[in-house]
Amino acid sequence: MSEHQPVEGKIFTLPFMFLGVLAAIGLYFLGVRFIDGMGAVANINSGYPWGIWVVYDVVVGTALACGGYALAFVIYVLNKGKYHPLIRPAILASLFGYALGGFGAFFDMGRYWQFYNIAMPSNWNFNSVMLEVGLCVITYIFVLFIEFAPTVLETIGAKKALRWLNKVLFFFIALGVLLPTMHQSSLGSLLIIMGAKVHPLWQSLQWLPLMALLSALTMGFSIVIFEASFSAVGFNRRPETPLLARLSKAIIWLISVFLIVRLTELVLRDKLGFVFAGDLAGNMFLLELALFVFPLLVMLFRGRRDNARLLLLAAVSLLFGGALYRFNAFLITYDPGPGYSYFPSVPEIMVTVGIVAIEIMAYLVFVKKLPVLHSAEHA
Amino acid sequence: MKRRDFIKAAAGGAAALCGAGSVEARPNKEPLENAVGILYDATLCVGCKACVRACKEINDLPPVTQGEEVQYDASRGVTGATYNVIKVYKNGTSEVKDREIDGFSFAKKSCMHCVDPGCVSSCPVSAMTKHPVTGIVQYNPDTCIGCRNCMVACPFNIPQYEFHDPRGQIQKCFFCNQAGVDRISQGLLPGCVDVCPTGATLFGTRKDLLAEAKRRLAAKPGETLTYPRGRVTDQVHTHEKAAPEYQQHIYGEHEVGGTQVMHIAGVPLKKLGMPELPERSYASIAEGVQHTLYKGMIAPAIALAGLAYVVKRNTSQSDQDDE
Repeated sequence: MSEHQPVEGKIFTLPFMFLGVLAAIGLYFLGVRFIDGMGAVANINSGYPWGIWVVYDVVVGTALACGGYALAFVIYVLNKGKYHPLIRPAILASLFGYALGGFGAFFDMGRYWQFYNIAMPSNWNFNSVMLEVGLCVITYIFVLFIEFAPTVLETIGAKKALRWLNKVLFFFIALGVLLPTMHQSSLGSLLIIMGAKVHPLWQSLQWLPLMALLSALTMGFSIVIFEASFSAVGFNRRPETPLLARLSKAIIWLISVFLIVRLTELVLRDKLGFVFAGDLAGNMFLLELALFVFPLLVMLFRGRRDNARLLLLAAVSLLFGGALYRFNAFLITYDPGPGYSYFPSVPEIMVTVGIVAIEIMAYLVFVKKLPVLHSAEHA
Repeated sequence: MKRRDFIKAAAGGAAALCGAGSVEARPNKEPLENAVGILYDATLCVGCKACVRACKEINDLPPVTQGEEVQYDASRGVTGATYNVIKVYKNGTSEVKDREIDGFSFAKKSCMHCVDPGCVSSCPVSAMTKHPVTGIVQYNPDTCIGCRNCMVACPFNIPQYEFHDPRGQIQKCFFCNQAGVDRISQGLLPGCVDVCPTGATLFGTRKDLLAEAKRRLAAKPGETLTYPRGRVTDQVHTHEKAAPEYQQHIYGEHEVGGTQVMHIAGVPLKKLGMPELPERSYASIAEGVQHTLYKGMIAPAIALAGLAYVVKRNTSQSDQDDE
């Protein structure tokens, strides 16, 4: 018998209905986008061809969906079996995050009816970072499906299929570690070719893949802490703080290396002057830095990281830090030259909000219908 | 956990990632032997916009207007319906042409047809390509997925996606040589060059145009120069004129690895809307990183093998005990 159980409770709660309304609004504007074109809904333009649909839904969204990746690495590669209770909800959240990231990429495509062209080897341009990101993300979504399949097979009692799957699952778990390593680093590499449009504080050229990967991993661990803490509160479950506190030790290393790499690059390329320029970019950098340093100050000390509230705050701070790092690079300090500006329109924001609402709704349905969360007595 | 196993196994992936700091990037691409191009000499431009109109007519593009009345094509920049635009620089009293202070100048904006283009490098589905002989940056709407990476990758903001068309595509200057127009293939001039009355927009091979630009910049201000019209090699359709005071800068000779459309002017090119760019193409840096990490997919393959081995070992172990 599984040590995972569905959460008891009704599906159609008040928050769920509220999310439903947001989802409906988002889907309405998405309909407008398909009928009248992207310009009818979004403020993206010649200077800012990538708006929040790319930067939030895909770049930040998939980084927020790195929980499954981060945990799989710790559990299956570093062999820390004690974190096993956290893996199923993390894989599920990753699946939704990535599936909706993929969906986001699809409706943001200007010629979506030809999207299959990226899967045609005759079209492949191996110089393109985007090709690697696209193919990796598509494959990883399938891998996440397979990684989550045991939960579904358990529920419907398909024992034979489950046994068979368990024999080959190791290969997909390995792929599930490799693929995010590849495309999360490449999401950083996407910035290289944008050259001078990316502010020097974020245009780290060859260093970008490493920074993107490290920050994606910190976001992955943080989202695990966030989800576990939130599930504990929302579903009245026993908090898994001791487990989460130990996880934060991994985060300490990741933040430290990330900050060292980030600052070393600025020193070596003589860009520290931009930090204290007192302009938008400099201040955004300092804010970003603070969001990374605060969790470090929490997690470094035993007394603080054992405090569930402080740990949650630290995780949230890291999530914002990682998200801001991406927003700053791709949008906030991105400068295509004079004459262009971008701020997302309300319909554009509502599409993104709707997509996130759908993601949360689906997550709620799944944890209530399938054995996703670890049963309390084992936790 | 057998730490050694993990370190051994992950070595491939780790090496690939750590290598990111010291990748060997390829150098810039070299200009093609017979690359064609345009030399725009702002000092010859009289702002008649005949080139803008001819471009629209040949490429079947509607006028862009501002306000209600359709009097003039009034696009302020390149758009999905404008491949080429002539703009004005004004300063102070705008008394003298081609002078930075209290002067004015015309400026051209259109695809620069980079020697090492970011749009071509970044396109995942090879919808943007560089013609192997002419070096013209071409586009195939049938493979394009509309990801708009070409747009963010262009330092000049040239590729234009038609945001207001539900079936929009990327639009830009193709040197009037896209399928159905084929002017270069037929031995004709691009529309803008064909109609330019002063030779401000001049067609030729990049090599010839570069030599011509150098000849003009080398001339003493006031010295009489012979200016060809249409083709840079044309020795019949010429006119003579006193050389202006040129800025000693051929924009596009070196910028991001060089461009096939080059600009010269009497006003600093930066003032005419041309961004200051390094010599090293960003495409070469990006491709260097990609090919170091993913060369022959060797590093990912080794990493996958190592990961699969470690995961298999760890999962079969945890079947027996949970730690």
